[in-house]
Amino acid sequence: MTELLQQLINGLALGSILALIALGYTMVYGILRFINFAHGDLFMLGAFAGFYISPAVAAVLPGPSLGSGLVVLGLAMLICAVLGVVIERVAYRPLRRRPKLAVLITAIGISLFLENTGQLVFGATPKKFPEIIPVYPVLKFGGLSITSSQLIVLGVTLLLLVALRHIVLKTRMGMAMRALAFNPEAAALMGINTDWIVSFTFGLGSALAAAAGILFAIVYPSIDPLMGILPGLKAFVAAVLGGIGNLPGAALGGILIGVTETLVAGYLSSTYRDAIAFGILILILLVKPSGLLGKKEIEKV
Amino acid sequence: MNIRHAKTFLLGALALGFLVSVVASHFNSYWLFITYDIAINVILAVSLNLINGYTGQFSLGHAGFMAVGAYTAAVITNQFGDLNPFAAGAVFSGALLAGGALAAGAGLLVGIPTLRLRGDYLAIVTLGFGEIIRVIFQNMQGVGGARGLSVAHGWTDFFWAFGAAAAAVYVVAALVHSTYGRGFLAVRDDEVAASAMGINPVRYKVTAFVVGAFFAGVAGGLYAHSKQFITPGGFNFMQSVSIVVMVILGGMGNTVGVILAAVLLTLLPEFLRPIAEYRMILYSLLLVVLMLARPQGLFTFRKQGDAK
Amino acid sequence: MQNFLAPIQHARGISLIAAAATLFLTVFLTGCDKPASTPGAATGPIKVGEFASMTGSEATFGQSSHEGTLLAVDHLNAAGGVLGRKIELLMEDDQSQAGQPATVVRKLIARDGVVAVLGEVASSRSLEAAPICQQNQIPMISPSSTNPKVTAVGDYIFRVCFIDPFQGTVMANFARHTLHLKKVAVLTDMKSDYSLGLAKFFKEGFIADGGAIVAEQNYSSGDKDFSAQLTALKAVNPDGIFVPGYYTEVGLIALQARQLGLNVPLLGGDGWESSSLIPIGGVSLEGSYFSTHYSPEDTSAAVQDFVKAFRAKYNETPNAMAALGYDSAMILADAMKRAGTTDGAKVRDALAATKDFQGVTGKITMDADRNASKPAVILVIRDGQFKYVETVSP
Repeated sequence: MTELLQQLINGLALGSILALIALGYTMVYGILRFINFAHGDLFMLGAFAGFYISPAVAAVLPGPSLGSGLVVLGLAMLICAVLGVVIERVAYRPLRRRPKLAVLITAIGISLFLENTGQLVFGATPKKFPEIIPVYPVLKFGGLSITSSQLIVLGVTLLLLVALRHIVLKTRMGMAMRALAFNPEAAALMGINTDWIVSFTFGLGSALAAAAGILFAIVYPSIDPLMGILPGLKAFVAAVLGGIGNLPGAALGGILIGVTETLVAGYLSSTYRDAIAFGILILILLVKPSGLLGKKEIEKV
Repeated sequence: MNIRHAKTFLLGALALGFLVSVVASHFNSYWLFITYDIAINVILAVSLNLINGYTGQFSLGHAGFMAVGAYTAAVITNQFGDLNPFAAGAVFSGALLAGGALAAGAGLLVGIPTLRLRGDYLAIVTLGFGEIIRVIFQNMQGVGGARGLSVAHGWTDFFWAFGAAAAAVYVVAALVHSTYGRGFLAVRDDEVAASAMGINPVRYKVTAFVVGAFFAGVAGGLYAHSKQFITPGGFNFMQSVSIVVMVILGGMGNTVGVILAAVLLTLLPEFLRPIAEYRMILYSLLLVVLMLARPQGLFTFRKQGDAK
Repeated sequence: MQNFLAPIQHARGISLIAAAATLFLTVFLTGCDKPASTPGAATGPIKVGEFASMTGSEATFGQSSHEGTLLAVDHLNAAGGVLGRKIELLMEDDQSQAGQPATVVRKLIARDGVVAVLGEVASSRSLEAAPICQQNQIPMISPSSTNPKVTAVGDYIFRVCFIDPFQGTVMANFARHTLHLKKVAVLTDMKSDYSLGLAKFFKEGFIADGGAIVAEQNYSSGDKDFSAQLTALKAVNPDGIFVPGYYTEVGLIALQARQLGLNVPLLGGDGWESSSLIPIGGVSLEGSYFSTHYSPEDTSAAVQDFVKAFRAKYNETPNAMAALGYDSAMILADAMKRAGTTDGAKVRDALAATKDFQGVTGKITMDADRNASKPAVILVIRDGQFKYVETVSP
C-alpha cells in the first residue's frame, strides 16, 4: 500500500509538470487549430534560461531562497514568452492561410533547429541545474517520502493554473482569446485584433512551458538540449486526452498521464514506457477523439 | 499504348541495372553504396508520396514500415549460408517480398484505425504507430533488441537497388495515372465530395497505406542487406522525418519531383560533410525556409489543384 | 510552363527519367572519382580515419572519445610523428544515427584512403562498420565498444576496452566477496547495448557466486525520472543496486534513490566515469562503487601527464571515453612503429602481438580474441571524489 501511495505521489509531481506543458499546447491549438511541435523545445529553453540567469540573479539576491528562485522563474518565463512570440511572427504567421500541413512541417523544422542549435551552443553533455530554491530535508512519514521540490512543483503549478484561469475568464485579453477560439471570423468582425491575440497566446503558452522547464529542472537537476522531446510528446498526448482546446482538460490529462506512466513503469515494466503515451493517444483517438472533457466537432460540408 | 511503353522501359531499366552491377566492382565502393542509398530513398519517397502526396494522408511513421521489412528480410536470409548466385537471387527476392508483405500488413493495421482522422491528428497517430513499432523491435530479444541484428549477406547490389526503385516508381505512377487511381486525388482534394460521387474513401486510403507500406518494407529489406546491421534506433522518428522532407521538397503528389528530391537529399549530406556539425541545423532551416518560400516544393511547376 | 512538363507526366516518362538520372549520376560519380591515394604509400602524412557520434543523441560520448583521440594525435605529431611521418586524423561524424557508420567508413577507406580506422563508442555502430573494415583489410580499433561480437567480426578488428564478461564479473565478485552483498537489484538502461551486456554478465557472475538478484528494472537513456522503478526496487529491500548505465543518468538515479529512502550502495561500471557525475549526483553518491580503467589518484607519469595535458587543452577532466580514445590512437601508433610500415596486414599482426603496452587506461595486452586484457580498477566515491579501492587483474 505504501508503495502504491508513493508511486501516486511520484506520478502526481511528474503529472503536474506535464500539465503545465499541455496547457501551452492546448491554448495554441484552441486558437489556431495547429500543434506547435516546437513547444517541447521551449520547455528546454526555459530550463537553460534558468541555468544561465541564476548566477546573475544570485549575485544580486543572495540565494538560494524562495525569492531568488521566483525571480529566476519569472525571468525565464519572460524570455521564453518573447521567444515564442518571435517564432510565431517569423515562422507561423506567414503560413496562416496555407494548408495545415505546411505549418506542421515548419514547426517540426523549428523544433529540430532549436534542438540542434542547443547542442551546438549549450553543448551536448548534461549540465547540473543550480539550486535556485532552498532544499529542505525530505519529508518522511509512514514509509513515504516527499521532497520539498515536489511540493514546490505542485504548489507553483496550482498557482499558475489559478492565474491562467483568471486571465482567461476574467480579463479582456482572455475574453478575446475565447472569442477567437470559438469563431475566428466573427471575432475579427467584432474588432478583435487577431494578430495581437495570437501573439499573446503564444507568449503565454511559452511562458508556461518555461515554467514547466524550470520546475522540471528543480526536481531533476540535469539539463541537456534534447530534454524537451519526450516531455513535449507526452504533454501533447495529455492535451489530446483531456480534449484539445480545453484548459482544465489539459491539466487533467497531464495528471492522468503522469500517474499512469508511473504506475505502469513501477508495476508492469518500464520497457514499454515510451510506447505507453502513444498507446493512450491512439486509444483515445479511436474511442473518443474529442478527449475526456472536449466537445465533438462536426465537419460542415 | 502508354502502358506498353512503360513496361518496355521498366524492362530496359532492369536490364541496365543488371549490366551495371556486373561491372560494379570497377567503381569506387563508397559512391556505389551511395547509389544504393539513393535508390532506397527513392523507393521510400515515392511510396510515402502515394500516402501523403496523392491521397493526402499525412503519415509520419513511414520508418516503422521500413523497419518491419528490414527485420523480416534479414531474419529470412540469415537462415541461409553461402549460396550460389541463382539461389541467392531467389532467396533474396523472396525475402524482400516477404518483408514487403509484412510491412503491407502493418500498413493495414495502421491504415484502418486512422480512417476517421484528419490532418494533425493523423500525423501524430502515425508518428505514434511508428514509435510503437520501434519499441516492439527494441524489446524483441529474438532479433537482438536494442543490441541490433547482424545481416549475414550483403546481397544488395546495383541490380536489386535500381531494379526495385524502377519497379516502385512504375507501380506507383501507373497506379495513380490509371482511371482507378484518380480516386486517390479525389480523396485528397475533398473526401466528402468524393464519397458523394461514389468513390469509397476507405478503400483508397487503405490501399494507399498498404501499397506505400509494401514498398517501404522492400526498401527496408534492401537497406538491411546494404548496411548489414540494423538496430531499432535506426528506424526512429528522425528517419520518418527525413523521408517526409523528401516528399515536401519534391512537391507532394509530384513523382518526378520526389525522385529528384530523394536524389538531392541523399547526395547533399555527402557534400556537406566538411560542415557536418551544422548539417542538422541547416537541414531544419531548409525545412522552415522551404515552407515559407516555396511550399509546393522545389520541383513543382504547375499550379496547385491541377489534375495530372 | 505546363506543356514543357507534359511529356514526363506519363508513367513511361517517369521510368525513363528515373533510369536516366540514376545512371547518369552513377557513372558521373563513380567513374569520374579520382582514385584515393593508395594506402600504404610510403610518403606524406599517415591518414588515420576516425568515426564518432559528434552530433545527435549520443554526442556527449562521441565528443569525449574524439577529444582523447585528437590529443593523442597532437602528442604523436609533436614527438615527430610515426615512422617519420605526421599523422593526419580524418574524423567523420556519424550523428549517432544507424546507417551512417557504414557510409562514413566506406568514405574513409575508399575515398580518403586511410590506413586504419578508430571507432566507435557504441557497439551497434561498431558492428555496422567492422565488416567493412574487415573486408578491406583495414585495421579497426574501437575505443570503448564492449559487445563481444564486435571483435568476433574478423581478425582486423580490435578494441582497447574491457568486454562485458570481464567487467560484469569484476563487479559481481566485488559485490559478493568484498562488500558481502547477498541480495542485489539491477537497474538497466535497456536502450544501451553496453548496459544490457554488463547487466547480463553481472547477474550471471553474482548468481554463480551464491548471490541472489531480487529485482530487475529498466529505464531508457534520456529518462530523468526513475522514481517509479526505484520505488519498486525499494519494496524488495535489496542490499545494493547495480546500475550499469552512463553518468548521464546515474547522477539522477542516485539522487532519487536517496530521496525515496533507498540508502544502499550503488554499483556500476566505467560508464559512470565522468566529471559530470558528482556535480549532479552530489552527496547521494557517497559510498557507491564502480569499476573503471584508472584511478585519478594514480601517480604514474602516464596518467598524470595525460590528465594534465587534457585539462590544458580542453579545460575539463578526461572521462573514461576520452582516455580510451587516447589509448586507441596511441596503441595504433605503437603497432605501426613495431611493424615498421602502415601496411594493413602487418599492422594487424603487430596489434595482435601487443603485450604490456602502457596506456593511460592500464597495461594493455591483446588477447587471442583481440580484446584488451588489462586490470580493472574499482573506485569508491567519498567526500565528493573518486577514491581508489582495489585493482582486479584478468
